[in-house]
Amino acid sequence: MKKKYSIFSLIKNSFSYHENWERAWKDPAPKKEYDAVIVGGGGHGLATAYYLAKKHNMNNIAVVEKGWIGGGNTGRNTTIIRSNYLWDASAGLYDHALKIWESLSQELNYNVMFSQRGVMNLAHNLQDVRDLKRRTHANRLNGIDAVYLSTEEVKKFCPIINTSPDIRYPVLGGTLQRRAGTARHDAVAWGYARGADAMGVDIIQNCEVKGIKRNGDCVEGIETTKGFIKTKKIGVVAAGHSSVIANMAGLRLPLESKPLQALVSEPVKPIIDTVVMSNAVHAYVSQSDKGELVIGAGTDDYVSYTQKGSHQIVEGTLNAILELYPIFSRMRMLRQWGGIVDICPDASPILSKTSIKGLYFNCGWGTGGFKATPGSGDLFAHTIANDEPHKLNAAFNLNRFVSGDLVDEHGAAAVAH
Amino acid sequence: MFLINCPYCGERDQQEFKAGGEAHIERPKQPTELSDDEWAEYLFMRKNIKGVQFERWNHAHGCRKWFNMVRDTSNDEIKAIYKMGEKPPSQ
Repeated sequence: MKKKYSIFSLIKNSFSYHENWERAWKDPAPKKEYDAVIVGGGGHGLATAYYLAKKHNMNNIAVVEKGWIGGGNTGRNTTIIRSNYLWDASAGLYDHALKIWESLSQELNYNVMFSQRGVMNLAHNLQDVRDLKRRTHANRLNGIDAVYLSTEEVKKFCPIINTSPDIRYPVLGGTLQRRAGTARHDAVAWGYARGADAMGVDIIQNCEVKGIKRNGDCVEGIETTKGFIKTKKIGVVAAGHSSVIANMAGLRLPLESKPLQALVSEPVKPIIDTVVMSNAVHAYVSQSDKGELVIGAGTDDYVSYTQKGSHQIVEGTLNAILELYPIFSRMRMLRQWGGIVDICPDASPILSKTSIKGLYFNCGWGTGGFKATPGSGDLFAHTIANDEPHKLNAAFNLNRFVSGDLVDEHGAAAVAH
Repeated sequence: MFLINCPYCGERDQQEFKAGGEAHIERPKQPTELSDDEWAEYLFMRKNIKGVQFERWNHAHGCRKWFNMVRDTSNDEIKAIYKMGEKPPSQ
């Protein structure tokens, strides 16, 4: 059992200059065999392992990660959390996650800095207004807090927005979800890793999967850079690289992997205390606790695994940001980066069994997976442990691309693609 | 961001082009006889290769013609460009 983090442990460790904190997670060599192996040590993968151990008593499991945990999209996103999706299935999925977020720091004994500062989505044309009003109604029918704001109410909630009717795409209104907000992305990975490790999960870093061994229609194990690991259940949570793993098992997925960029400015004093997203002009911005503006750009339209992305995408986003927030015109950008996102044709994720027994995929989160981390882990753990989906992720099966029962969330996915 | 050598216009900036996805996906010859599985395979399933991939591109802000490209998606290096209807170069 790990020692609890508290004000007392902080004081105690300050006497030894914080040099004697115990490791938050071990660095084990892989065992020969596990009951289940999770491929991918990002937030979703670590959460899956955590809930497998906690709720389904599967303690002989491992997470294998080709780099370091949280070094992929978990550490590259813009940390926005919300659940204002249109369809019932999505509302169930994302609000399940949001409810877990609300008590996650206490549950993990790890401060994930969840901050319910509200998320506003802006409307810039009449169709936006109609779509956002429709989505607000749909949200409320599903028990999700959402309100529609007039232009004046938008200005009141976030005074630095330029609501002049003279700009190219004037603000005609917006929606607000007050329970939505942000969290510290690294802390989510670290908190789940620490929690899973405490229950006996092996977190194996620098261990890349090279192949999946099958016996007919069942999985037998995985080949990795640290040798062969025998297992009957493999949960793949590899985000942009999901298709690469699927190809190893001879499967094809309805995914395309594209670079998505984000950037942060130099740190400044508090200026924006909420998250503002604008789908039509493609600009979204919030401010981190360090004071940096956190800005999300769009995806490139071609398949690429380079984690870079094109300059004109950033330029387009910053043009829109400057029109909406003239006050930022002299801000300097500090860092820019890209992550590889796995995009589904219907902009909804896949949490599903496959045609191969013991092989499960959690992928297709595209440009908006971070918000779902705890719910995704919980439901995927349920799917793996019971070999059946939970009712909340039943709609997000792989078979929907055959049956045609798609969950089209292109409107609610704030990054247009 | 990279340069693309359009077979009709020459070398231009990538932002003039629109990516058209995986190339050489053949339209079913007998659509009425396709099963739902085969339709899903044709419509949605993609190789999404990390490495050398065959794809279609359109010079959307130029000559507006379509062509094919062989590109390494792990570093965005273009290996070959050939016109529609031409046989892909053997890799």
